[in-house]
Amino acid sequence: MGRRPSAHGLRMKYTFILRRLLSVVPVLLIITFATFALMQLLPGGPLAAYENNPEISQKDIERLRHEMGLDQPIHMQYWAWLKNFAQGDWGYSFTTKRPVLVEIWDRLPNTLYLTGISLIVALIIAIPAGILSATRQYSLFDHITTTLAYVGRSMPVFYSGLLLIIIFSIWLRWLPSGGMHTLGKEFSLIDSLRHLFLPVLSLSTLIAAKYVRFLRTSMLEVIHLDYIRTAAAKGLSERVIIYKHAFRNAAIPLVTVVAIDLPVLFAGALFTETIYSWPGMGRLFVDAATRFDYSVVMGIVAAIAFLVVVSNLLADIVYAILDPRITYS
Amino acid sequence: MAGGRFHEKHKNQLWYLTLRQFLRHRMAVFGMLMMTAIVFAVVFVDQISPYDPETPDLSNMLAPPSLVHPLGTDELGRDMLTRSLYGGRVSLIVGVFAMLVAVTLGTLVGAVAGYFGGVVDNLLMRFTDFALAFPRIFVLILFAIIFMRPPFSDNPLIVLVFDALYKMPVARVVFVIGILGWMDVARLVRGSFLEIRNLEYVESARVLGAGTPRIMIRHILPNALGPIIVAASLGVADAIISESGLSFLGLGIQPPTATWGNMLKNALDQIFAAPWTAIVPGFMIFLTVLSINYIGDGLRDAFDPRKIK
Repeated sequence: MGRRPSAHGLRMKYTFILRRLLSVVPVLLIITFATFALMQLLPGGPLAAYENNPEISQKDIERLRHEMGLDQPIHMQYWAWLKNFAQGDWGYSFTTKRPVLVEIWDRLPNTLYLTGISLIVALIIAIPAGILSATRQYSLFDHITTTLAYVGRSMPVFYSGLLLIIIFSIWLRWLPSGGMHTLGKEFSLIDSLRHLFLPVLSLSTLIAAKYVRFLRTSMLEVIHLDYIRTAAAKGLSERVIIYKHAFRNAAIPLVTVVAIDLPVLFAGALFTETIYSWPGMGRLFVDAATRFDYSVVMGIVAAIAFLVVVSNLLADIVYAILDPRITYS
Repeated sequence: MAGGRFHEKHKNQLWYLTLRQFLRHRMAVFGMLMMTAIVFAVVFVDQISPYDPETPDLSNMLAPPSLVHPLGTDELGRDMLTRSLYGGRVSLIVGVFAMLVAVTLGTLVGAVAGYFGGVVDNLLMRFTDFALAFPRIFVLILFAIIFMRPPFSDNPLIVLVFDALYKMPVARVVFVIGILGWMDVARLVRGSFLEIRNLEYVESARVLGAGTPRIMIRHILPNALGPIIVAASLGVADAIISESGLSFLGLGIQPPTATWGNMLKNALDQIFAAPWTAIVPGFMIFLTVLSINYIGDGLRDAFDPRKIK
């Protein structure tokens, strides 16, 4: 680091980023088309609700099908959906009759709030734990950390979530067992933090376990490199060596791991939201899927695909900026 | 290790070396013992337990843990321990069979991509990457609900498949988890095939006139088996978590058939009245997954040629 990239290097970097940006588009198209095609396999289609209704004849259903364009080939239907989608018309929920965009917009911030804070807490736990257990390899601390990371890796989030409710809400009665704040009470910071605590704890331990394992391995690799020995030979203090020299290089791949594990975070959020009645997108998805609410399912899949693809892209870009050794191919 | 004739006779065989390396991994041996105990309890539960897993006992509803019911009863008075063990049968069966589906698919995709390389490889791996990048649970849910309804199509083949999956929930869950779990195996197998296909012995097999399928199956696959076995063991743990996750959301196997996942869902619905109903099934999932993860790690070390001493 420290070395300024040459003009040529910078230009390479920008073309790399631009190319990655453009490569995102086909991936998003494929994901949405695949989901769209899958939804066609679903029995009944959007008119399923009418099919058992004695007031509506088969003829009416056929007419509706034609009017809604459901008798057209699938790529035409997808094209129509895509055009509307791009213009912000994501359709309507069958169950609430509200626009899908509004439904998602209501829930998305709650999910991002939960996952964002959990991610930060996970990093706050994992970074010091990973560094310490690598620098004090085979110490008691290292053994405890690796064991806990193993336990965390094997504990499904829907079990740890239930256990936390049992401990903190039922036995100790310290914390509420669900919701984002107490109903009918005025908003207060303390109240919302109390509701946030358990969901964040179960979600962040889930991902922290992964990060710790990764960071420990990556630190152990870096510590044995020559330049660290040089730094030690120069007489630099252990603190400077570990935090300034070793950690910086060990942390670069962590950026990628965080991005790659985003699906785990979203999947964890889906269960966390279900357990703690958190009004987020995961719960909305489960509810919509069980009610065969196509347009909502479609909208959420598109939104999540977008989030995942964009954050992967961001991670690539950050990685390219952080690590001067990377080649832009 | 103790000597003996067996040791003398086999000490240089790869499988023997692998086994010895595995037995050196203390946690893997612990995992193996735990798994043996779990499988034993689950298989022989009808001999061990006096209770039936599905018959309600309305005089004993939501009884807390006691001597008669060591882990309490649920809202229909059914013994929790018994139900957890019967639930284990379903969960383990789903885990193993879903893994088999996933590993078969993954090996197929990976072998084709790695052996043929070029455009085929590029296409298959792009698809794999994209399948990996998307949060799998959303697709799992989507697939689960698609096959939860009676068939709706004019195509007799689709009707046949849908109908079978609709009527057999265990097969449905195995199918859904299996066809969404092949990506990691595909990547591993592709890597091994890419490496091995250019080795001299493969070349000589080709010169001797072996056909492509024969080279792939008889000559390359056996040498790519190590990573596949490791991935398969971890795949069982993955599949068990997926099954319990789906059942926890009410989209997997439905009551009265007990699985660890739907017992947990049940527990969440009555968590304040009977918190003990959550503890056992969840603990069974945790213990199984932990043991399998340890076994998987032990296998990974055992199959690593650099670590064999």
